[in-house]
Amino acid sequence: MESDEYEVMQRVPLRERPEWSDVTPVPQDDGPNPVVPIDYKPEFVETMDYFRAIYVADERSSRALNLTAEAISFNPGNYTVWHFRRLVLEALDIDLQDELDFINNIAMNNSKNYQIWHHRRWVAEKLGTDAADKELEFTKKILSADAKHYHAWSHRQWVLLALGGWEDELDYCRELLEEDIFNNSAWNQRYFVITRSPLLEGLEAMRESEVSYTVEAILAHPENESPWRYLRGLYKGDIQSWVNDHQVSLLCLRVLNTKSNFVFALSTLLDLLCHGLQPTQEAKDVVAALEMSGTVEPDSDLAKSVCFILEHVDPIRANYWRWRKSKLPHAT
Amino acid sequence: MTAARTKTQQEQWMVENQVFQLFDLFADLPRNAKSALVELQRDKHLEYLTKGLKRLDPSFCVLDANRPWLCYWILHSISLLGDYVEHEVEDNVIDFLSRCQDPNGGYGGGPGQLPHLATTYAAVNALITVGGERSLSSINREKVYMFLKRMKQPSGAFRMHDAGEIDVRACYTAISVASVLNILDDELIQNVGDYILSCQTYEGGISGEPGAEAHGGYTFCGFATMILINEVNRLDLAGLLDWVAFRQGREGGFQGRTNKLVDSCYSFWQGGAFALLQRLHAILDEQLANYGPQTGVASDISGGEESSDGTQVDDKTCHFKLGGTNASCPVNLNSIGYNFVKQPGEMEALYHRWALQQYILLCAQDMEGGLKDKPGKRRDFYHTCYSLSGLSLSQHSWSQDEDTPPLPNAVMGPYANLLERTHPLFNVVLDQYYEAHEFFDTP
Repeated sequence: MESDEYEVMQRVPLRERPEWSDVTPVPQDDGPNPVVPIDYKPEFVETMDYFRAIYVADERSSRALNLTAEAISFNPGNYTVWHFRRLVLEALDIDLQDELDFINNIAMNNSKNYQIWHHRRWVAEKLGTDAADKELEFTKKILSADAKHYHAWSHRQWVLLALGGWEDELDYCRELLEEDIFNNSAWNQRYFVITRSPLLEGLEAMRESEVSYTVEAILAHPENESPWRYLRGLYKGDIQSWVNDHQVSLLCLRVLNTKSNFVFALSTLLDLLCHGLQPTQEAKDVVAALEMSGTVEPDSDLAKSVCFILEHVDPIRANYWRWRKSKLPHAT
Repeated sequence: MTAARTKTQQEQWMVENQVFQLFDLFADLPRNAKSALVELQRDKHLEYLTKGLKRLDPSFCVLDANRPWLCYWILHSISLLGDYVEHEVEDNVIDFLSRCQDPNGGYGGGPGQLPHLATTYAAVNALITVGGERSLSSINREKVYMFLKRMKQPSGAFRMHDAGEIDVRACYTAISVASVLNILDDELIQNVGDYILSCQTYEGGISGEPGAEAHGGYTFCGFATMILINEVNRLDLAGLLDWVAFRQGREGGFQGRTNKLVDSCYSFWQGGAFALLQRLHAILDEQLANYGPQTGVASDISGGEESSDGTQVDDKTCHFKLGGTNASCPVNLNSIGYNFVKQPGEMEALYHRWALQQYILLCAQDMEGGLKDKPGKRRDFYHTCYSLSGLSLSQHSWSQDEDTPPLPNAVMGPYANLLERTHPLFNVVLDQYYEAHEFFDTP
């Protein structure tokens, strides 16, 4: 603790560093009465004044590189500094492996800005396919702390598409979902893999096994929206197969039979009916049973009944379900 | 015995506990104490906002590349509250933002910084909010146009800045700025629709980049962009609506993604999507008509015949229904934003407005001024801006037209909670939007 403080105190001001003696700092042109003026720390002001000097002079030197690192440590959101750093890196022909380490350090404290990820992508792109493993590891590390980190997932998807490394991705999704089946980002990544991995045969070929996996996840937690949306996604662009696949309607009925956590089952059934599913007697009975247990009036039109029930059991979306009811295509 | 909760369940459970505790507390209060709790703390909010315009503490160093955003968040919030800043402060805003304007077009995050699309959007919206000839004429539209052209990619999408990232946010900020400044043209919109379309995910919402997860912020950005470029009928609107309808949780507020926590800023991003959908009634109906067993292909064909014939299409739906390429129905791209708010909303808002307002007023308000993400978080200008924007949309969502004020039962708490109306595509207060529209309309 004490030694850390000591190190912070030890920052030598730029104006006292001999290697900067030839540079005249350029103050920020904030005008006489700036709005949203920030009460900058003195070291922030000094660093940015020197940065402006080399930026205006377009000095692509190693001291400029070091200075951008200091400026970034004060504000990793300054895209102008990052941009200039890339120009310097290109001019100096620096080993970009070191640059990855630099980003690792910045990302430890502040991984939620667009700039570090854009920069990371730029570096990885230059390094090429050799960087794939390291990038996948890096995102894995970020995701182990925050499994829904939007930037990390985007970066990971870019790595897979641009540099490869698909081999273990489906397993990775499985792992994350085992840990937290409610992690929608992991479901989204799974969808990304099955639709885009060059090692797999595409959505249609994967459908059967994915449907089984998803059905199992739904039965374990019918209140989990993620697998319900994923299930629908498995039939994207092929609604007829979705309507005709008995597994889907059977799943709905199984969940509805339990009479608990059935909102997604019911809304899926509604969508099926809207897309032309001819309801079986069993479906009608199951829905009727839900009506009996509530205060809902039975209706001869099954889709209408479903909307009625949803309106009552899912009151936060009552407007939506009423609207859906008003838009039902025709009597089913 | 139930299985151990996952992280998602655990976090959700904690937030629900906090929120419901507040609701329970509220429910037990006598009537007058209740009404005090859901009162919008106007004076406190204004004080917090006005102070921010004048001085920000050192912790704001990390927002040093977002100063036009700070201007916009603060000024727009003040404007929603029906107030103005002093004349002198307005001059200071104009002067400061002029120093952020790049000689080659666009605005950077501070004086001397690279021009950036997001800060350009923020600066332009802030200047429109200030209003007046001096403010509006300080924007160099020709140069902004050149900047937008420079950011335009062959794929159709936009980069945020020179060699910067490409995403849906960049598309929205570019198109919004161009539209509001009356400089939108066919070249700028070319292939933008293809890019946005490639970001609508299997869930129904829109992601930041193709393949990523559906997200409230990007959904609003992508959706608004599609409207502004007159290609909204290409989106699966029923799917989008279903996704966004499920983003409202038991807490009353919206979450940004499936199975994530409620956050007051989505009152605008998700609530805004509802406000947009309200005016796209005709297209939604048309898309729904293609559902069902005997429709599908057959109805697609008949629909196509109608459109290409041109005679069956009435004026009102015309400019939404057809792409800009259809000569039988020429579209002035730059009047889309104007016409959009001028036509009456024909449909009720399809979310629970009352629950949203309760979340904002009870859970997101800091009684000392400003609004926050959720209970236990700290206030900030971003959440203040987007909570108030969402609150305004919610209060006004049932107004048949702009001249009829909302009924008292559309406004939770005292009627004095009513905020100014905001434009659901650009998110600037309507009066200031009209002034800007008229100002930039003259060629």
